[in-house]
Amino acid sequence: MMAVMTAWLGPHAAFIVAAYVVSVLVLGALIGWIVLDRRQLDRKLTELEARGIRRRSDRPPSGAGGAP
Amino acid sequence: MALIDLANPTRFLALSGRLLPWLAGLTALLLAAGLAMAFTAPDDYQQGATVKIMFIHVPFAWLAMFVWGVMSLSALGTLVWRHPLADVAARAAAPLGAAFTLLCLVTGSLWGRPMWGAYWVWDARLTSVLVLFIMYCGVIALWRAIDDPSRAARVAAVITLVGAINLPIIKFSVDWWNTLHQPASVVRVGGPAVDPSLLWPLLVMAVALTLLFVTLHLAAMRNEILRRRLRTLSLMRADAVAA
Repeated sequence: MMAVMTAWLGPHAAFIVAAYVVSVLVLGALIGWIVLDRRQLDRKLTELEARGIRRRSDRPPSGAGGAP
Repeated sequence: MALIDLANPTRFLALSGRLLPWLAGLTALLLAAGLAMAFTAPDDYQQGATVKIMFIHVPFAWLAMFVWGVMSLSALGTLVWRHPLADVAARAAAPLGAAFTLLCLVTGSLWGRPMWGAYWVWDARLTSVLVLFIMYCGVIALWRAIDDPSRAARVAAVITLVGAINLPIIKFSVDWWNTLHQPASVVRVGGPAVDPSLLWPLLVMAVALTLLFVTLHLAAMRNEILRRRLRTLSLMRADAVAA
């Protein structure tokens, strides 16, 4: 594998491959963190809403139709 | 829709939700094109194939500074206009900026070893970028250390604006001091000094990675808005239990 890389990218292939692999790993971790964070937040928000805890702006209007 | 309408987090969530899939698709397309151009570009006459590291290192360096610039504008939004999304934007951008700065340092080291014979030298450009990385870590720690979100926002905004002084130091360090790091070769008086066969892959990768930042920033801002809603609901629940 490394021999193929060296034939393609020259004597410093290991440094080039390492730079791209590290970049993919860090950016992948960043994307994964954002996606997992969103799932966790959605789950916690759903739990609270299931217990009837809602923001005022999300609550259905109380006494609708009561006023003329 | 006027820009001021986006000050409403609910409207921002709706608009960004529609925009995100398109941005993600465009980012993936441009990244694929940029990588294809990078790996079919000719070798540099001095650097050989290690010039391929430059196609990611340079955009990471630009983004490291650009993200702090975004955070500085957001800091102004927090302190001057009290924009409801300003602190959300700054807080969501900080981990992304830290990651891009770390990648700039790591890819630069991996380029430096075969080209300079050293992973690291205490030259003005490298040191000022390391300082930027430490500043990112510091401001992230600060947000986490202060419980009151509005107080944390104001303190972090002041620190961010003070830290912005490092941006011109990074940019002009290669002109002000005698550094091992080469001077500017793309954004310079007299135009780019890079051959078009290497400049185009670099520019496409820069646009692609900037779009990646915009996409991730919007997604992280949406998370931050939901985190604040979760905090509000948790406080309401605690109040309800206490009553």
